[in-house]
Amino acid sequence: MIAAGELHSILALAQRDLTKLLRDRARLITTVIFPFIFIGALGGTLAANFGRAPGFDFLTLTFTGVYAQTLFQSTAMGMISLVIDRENDFSQELFIAPVSRYTIIAGRILGETLVALPQALAIIAFGLVIGISISLTQLVALIGTGLVVAFFGGAFGVLVLAFLNNQRAANQVFPFIFLPQFFLAGVFTPIQVMPWYLELASRIAPLRYAVDFVRGVFYAGSPDYPHVVLQDPAANLAVILPAFAACLVVGTFFFVRSERNR
Amino acid sequence: MLAAQPRTDVEARSETDTIVVTDLVKRYKSAELNAVDGISFTVRAGELFALLGPNGAGKTTTISILTTTLAPTSGTAVIGGHDLASDPNGVRRAVGIIFQKPSLDLNLTAEENVRLHAILYGLFPYRPFFTLMPITYRDRVRELAGILGIEGEMFKPVKTFSGGMKRKLEIVRSLMHRPRVLFLDEPTAGLDAPSRRALWDYLRAVRAETRATVFLTTHYLDEAEDADRICILDKGKIVAEGSPAGVKRDLTHEYLVVDAADRDALRRELAARGVTYRETPLFEIPLDRQGAHALLKSIDTPLTTVRTVAPSLEDAYIKVLARS
Repeated sequence: MIAAGELHSILALAQRDLTKLLRDRARLITTVIFPFIFIGALGGTLAANFGRAPGFDFLTLTFTGVYAQTLFQSTAMGMISLVIDRENDFSQELFIAPVSRYTIIAGRILGETLVALPQALAIIAFGLVIGISISLTQLVALIGTGLVVAFFGGAFGVLVLAFLNNQRAANQVFPFIFLPQFFLAGVFTPIQVMPWYLELASRIAPLRYAVDFVRGVFYAGSPDYPHVVLQDPAANLAVILPAFAACLVVGTFFFVRSERNR
Repeated sequence: MLAAQPRTDVEARSETDTIVVTDLVKRYKSAELNAVDGISFTVRAGELFALLGPNGAGKTTTISILTTTLAPTSGTAVIGGHDLASDPNGVRRAVGIIFQKPSLDLNLTAEENVRLHAILYGLFPYRPFFTLMPITYRDRVRELAGILGIEGEMFKPVKTFSGGMKRKLEIVRSLMHRPRVLFLDEPTAGLDAPSRRALWDYLRAVRAETRATVFLTTHYLDEAEDADRICILDKGKIVAEGSPAGVKRDLTHEYLVVDAADRDALRRELAARGVTYRETPLFEIPLDRQGAHALLKSIDTPLTTVRTVAPSLEDAYIKVLARS
């Protein structure tokens, strides 16, 4: 049970991140441009060439994949702000506060989730514009699963950052961690069939479960479901929830340790 | 019925001593020497305590450990009755800190920085806007900002603030939770002379109002002259400790400077009276055993120069560092 004071702290920390985004117009614009490129250019090209040839709509597959990937990656990379705070000396102010270290990290994850939310809404709006059919139930499903994926991405980001000392290292390491996952998680392309070694790599990629979770809920009841979804959403959630908790606990422990044990 | 537990020395001292540091050691990773090397000291409630030392002496390391942002290698510290190792949150509630480098979010307004602090310290519930915060919060912010003269700047982005204004904002923020101990890590570093003077005027006013214990590190020795007690660190060790007057008395001497048109006559007279002196080329006479008035009355040679020299804390400081 979270104490009221800790909950208020989480909200205050989250608002800080959102406020910073809303005051940074350049960042606000660039964060919504990339998903447009992925869905519009890549998805559009694939859809134009393949259409429904594989047995499902390619554009919708790309749309759901990019939606999950954007939220996961946005919050994960948003955690770099923890390192930026350290470099700007602001982390001193946070880590001297009489609140749990988990509260500080949770506040940042919620904040980066809120930062990712405008992107999520922009992607959904863009999807509707380019003709992707989204029912009201699917809209609710997208937002609900999107929040889960964003939290998961944030915790994953904390785990990665716990072992990185500075922003430069983080900016170099994150693309290496994410780029392979784009393909291993089937963000743009189906991964129903893969060589055994890629299958193995795919199964340890956290993004795989995030993407498949979103698709599993979005495609529920659709004839495309068996062609697109790898496993039941409940099975994905059974991986995501413990992985989230493990990333949060281990990541926070090592991040705080690196902060205090210099 | 439970028998009364015998009180430890540290517990007994904690009643009058706000800070009790015992054998504190810090060695940074991959460092060959200790940055802080087994220091012990106490700070009494309500004192202005100054930790002095050259760059790299261990001042900021000490303050970082005492404010829980850095883990010590060994040793103990009790602050405001809270043990650093077993009750870090108790320590955090008891202290306020003004960091050496401003620790402000430049993208937020001054008030947003203060509000975040107030909520993190559990003083007020979360509200998304200043106007929605409780009246007690709004009054406290206005009161402190008024004392420091930045009331009109509270809703401006911090990135537009000068160095002096950032310092004042940090003071406002650090006083929000009414800390028992206020740590000031080189609070006037980088400020020009008028800003330094103004900041100290404000700090004196704040100290008079809050009666907080103040733990100061500084490079400016004149700022430490007002301290109740000072502690000089060098290479991680304490090399001098006591009141500024006491440290000066132990390490330096007040002396009389005289000169005469007929220096030979003055030399002969001083030698005849057994007065020790040093020629630089003026005559410097230590005032250890006698007062300036008695000494001057005893000299018959007409003098052309007479002045007494009282060493500053800086003189004592330089002497103690040279000795260590």
